[in-house]
Amino acid sequence: MSATLSNRDLDTASQSRLVWLRFRRHKMAMFGLCVVALLYFIAAFAEPIAPFNPDKSNARLVFHPPQTVHFFDDWAFSPYVLPYKLVRDPVTLQPAYVTDGSRKVALRFFATGTPYKLWGIFESDIHVFGPENLGDNMFLLGADRQGRDVLSRIIHGARASLSIGLVGVSISLLLGITIGGISGFFAGRVDWGVQRVIEFIISLPTIPIWLSLAAVLPKDWPPMATYFTITLIISLVGWTELARVVRGRFLALRGDSFVTAAWLDGCSQPRIIFRHMLPSLTSHIIAAVTLAIPNMILAETALSFLGLGLKPPAISWGALLREAQNIQSIAAAPWLLLPGAAVAITVLALNFLGDGLRDAADPYAH
Amino acid sequence: MGRFIVRRLAGMVPFIILVSITVFMLIKLTPGDFVSNYAAALAAAGETVDDAMLDSMRARYGLDQSWLVQYWDWISGVMVGDFGYSFQWQQPVSSLIGERMALTLILSVSTLLFTWSVALPIGVYSAVRRYSIGDYFFTFVGFVGLAVPGFLLALVLMYVGVSVFHSDVGGLFSSQYADAPWSWGRVADLASHLWIPVIILGTSGAASLIRIMRANLLDQLNQPYVDTARAKGLSEFTLLVRYPIRIALNPFVSTLGWILPNLVSGAVIISVVLNLPTAGPLLLQALLGQDQYLAGAFLLLLCSLTVVGTLVSDILLALLDPRIRVS
Repeated sequence: MSATLSNRDLDTASQSRLVWLRFRRHKMAMFGLCVVALLYFIAAFAEPIAPFNPDKSNARLVFHPPQTVHFFDDWAFSPYVLPYKLVRDPVTLQPAYVTDGSRKVALRFFATGTPYKLWGIFESDIHVFGPENLGDNMFLLGADRQGRDVLSRIIHGARASLSIGLVGVSISLLLGITIGGISGFFAGRVDWGVQRVIEFIISLPTIPIWLSLAAVLPKDWPPMATYFTITLIISLVGWTELARVVRGRFLALRGDSFVTAAWLDGCSQPRIIFRHMLPSLTSHIIAAVTLAIPNMILAETALSFLGLGLKPPAISWGALLREAQNIQSIAAAPWLLLPGAAVAITVLALNFLGDGLRDAADPYAH
Repeated sequence: MGRFIVRRLAGMVPFIILVSITVFMLIKLTPGDFVSNYAAALAAAGETVDDAMLDSMRARYGLDQSWLVQYWDWISGVMVGDFGYSFQWQQPVSSLIGERMALTLILSVSTLLFTWSVALPIGVYSAVRRYSIGDYFFTFVGFVGLAVPGFLLALVLMYVGVSVFHSDVGGLFSSQYADAPWSWGRVADLASHLWIPVIILGTSGAASLIRIMRANLLDQLNQPYVDTARAKGLSEFTLLVRYPIRIALNPFVSTLGWILPNLVSGAVIISVVLNLPTAGPLLLQALLGQDQYLAGAFLLLLCSLTVVGTLVSDILLALLDPRIRVS
C-alpha cells in the first residue's frame, strides 16, 4: 500500500478505495488504463484529430508511401514533410514515387483543413495536426488503393471498432447477469439446465457460427443496421463467459453469512440480490467485462475482414484490413496492415487493464 | 472407467442431435433459398427466368417442403454418409468435403500438439523461475500472442515471405502435389508446408496455456507437500515432475475442451487468408452462395469435432484424476 496511508486508514477504507489502491500498484494495468483512455478519446474526437476527411479519394495519390515528419528546420522548431512526386519509368511505364527535394510541406498544430461536423453538431475546420496550407498533402501512414489517407481512416475506424466492443459487452453483460444470476441464485435444476446450454454454446466453434449468422444479413442494409446486428450476433455467442463468472460468484456468495443474515432479517429476494449480493460482485464483473471487450473487438475485426461484418463505406479496423487481403496489395503497400497494429495495441492494453482489475478486485489475494 | 466412458458417450448423443438442429436452423435462417439466388443470378446475366422451372427445381431439391421434413431428409441421409448435393458445385457434398475435413483435422490436431509442446515447458519454466528475465520475456510474448489476431499474423508472415524470401507462404502443397493422389512424397510435402499455419494458429492458444500453466503451478509450488518432498531430499527435477506438475496438468487437459473450438474457429479464417485447402474457404463460399447442404455439412462436422474434443478431454481428465472418475 502507498506509504502515505497508515494502517488505520486502511482499516476504514471503502471497498472501492481498496480496489483502487491495489490497482494503482499494478504498473502494466495503469499503463493499459492510460492507453485505453487515450484510444477512446481519439475515437470520440476523430474528426478534429484526423488530419483529413477519411473518404476523400485522389486517383493521383494511389498507394502514396508514408512520409516521415522532420521536426526541426535549421535548428528551429518548424515541422515539415518532404513531398513525393509520381514519376513513370520511361521503359516499363511503372509508376513510382520519388521525393521532391525542391520544396517542403510545412505542418502546424491546429491547422485549417477540410470542414467537418463533430458528432454531427459542431461545425469546424480545425484539425489538431496538419499541413499549414490548405490543399497540401501529408501521408504519415501512406495512402490506400484510392489515395485516401490511411492515418485518418484508422482514426475514424477506431470509432466503430471500439464502440462495438462497448455495445457488444453491454448486451452480453445484460444476458450474462440475467442468465448467470438466475442460474446461480436458484441453483438446483435451473442451474443444471442453464449450465448445459452454456456448455453447448462454448463447445461450438464461434467463427463458423458467426459467419453463418452474418451471412443472413441482407447486403443492401444501411451501415447502422448492419452495425447493430453484427454487434448483436457477436454478443449472442459472447455472453456465456460472463454468465459463468456471475454464476460462480453467486453460488459462492449464497452460502456467505451476510446473505443468510439478510434472509433472517426478512429481506425480499430482489433486495437480497440487488442490495446485498450485486454490490460485492461489481468489481469482479467489471474485470470480466474488461477482459471480454478485446474478444468483441477481435470478432468484429475478423468478420469485417472476411467481408461479412461492416462493409465499405463504413470504416472499421476490420473493414480497413480487408484492403490488405491479397498478397499483391501487401507487397505494394505494406502500410495497409497498420490497422492491424491498432487492433493489437488496443487488445493488449485492454488485456493489461482487465488483468490488473481482476487482481485488484479480489480482496483475498496476497 | 469403462462405465464412465459409456456414460459420457451416452451423454454425447443429445448434444450431437442439438448440434445438428442448430446447424440446420442456421443454414435455414437465410431469407430466400438457393433457387431464388440462382434465379437472381440468371436475371442479372440477362436470361429469362421461368417460374415453372424454378418451382420444379424447388420440388426436385425438396425446398418446397416444411423445414421439419427437410431436416429429417437431411439428417437421415447424414446418418448413412449422404450429405446431400452441392448446388454450386453440382457434385455430391461428400465428394467435396472428404479431403478438406481430413486436412482440417490434421491441421487442428498438429496445432494442438504444437500448443502443448510449447506451452508446457515454457509454463513450467515461467513458474519455477518466477520474475526472472525469461519469465518476463515469455509473459510479454504471451500477451502479444494473445493480442494479435491470427489472420493478422498470417498477413504479416505473407508479407515477410514475399518481401524477404520471395516465396509464397500460402497453401498446404507445392504445385506438383496439389491434385496428386496420396503418396509419401505428398505427405512430406504437406509436412514441409504445415508448420507455418500451425505456428500462426497455435500462437494465441499457446500464449493463454502458458499463463494457465504458470498460474496453476505457482499455486502448487507453495503447498506444504512440496516442502516435505524437498525436506526428504528429492532432487528438484524429480520433485517437480512427480508432484506439482502432475496436479497442475489437470486444468491443462480440461482446456482441450475450449482450445479445440478456438482452433477450428481460427483455422477457418486463417485458411481463407493463406488459401489452405481446408474447410474454411469452401465454407465461406457456401455460406455466401447459400449452398445449404455444403455449408450444413461443414458446420455439422466442425461443431461435432469440437464436441468430440470436449469428450476426449473429459476422458483424459478422468484417466489423470481418480477423483473425477468416482464422483
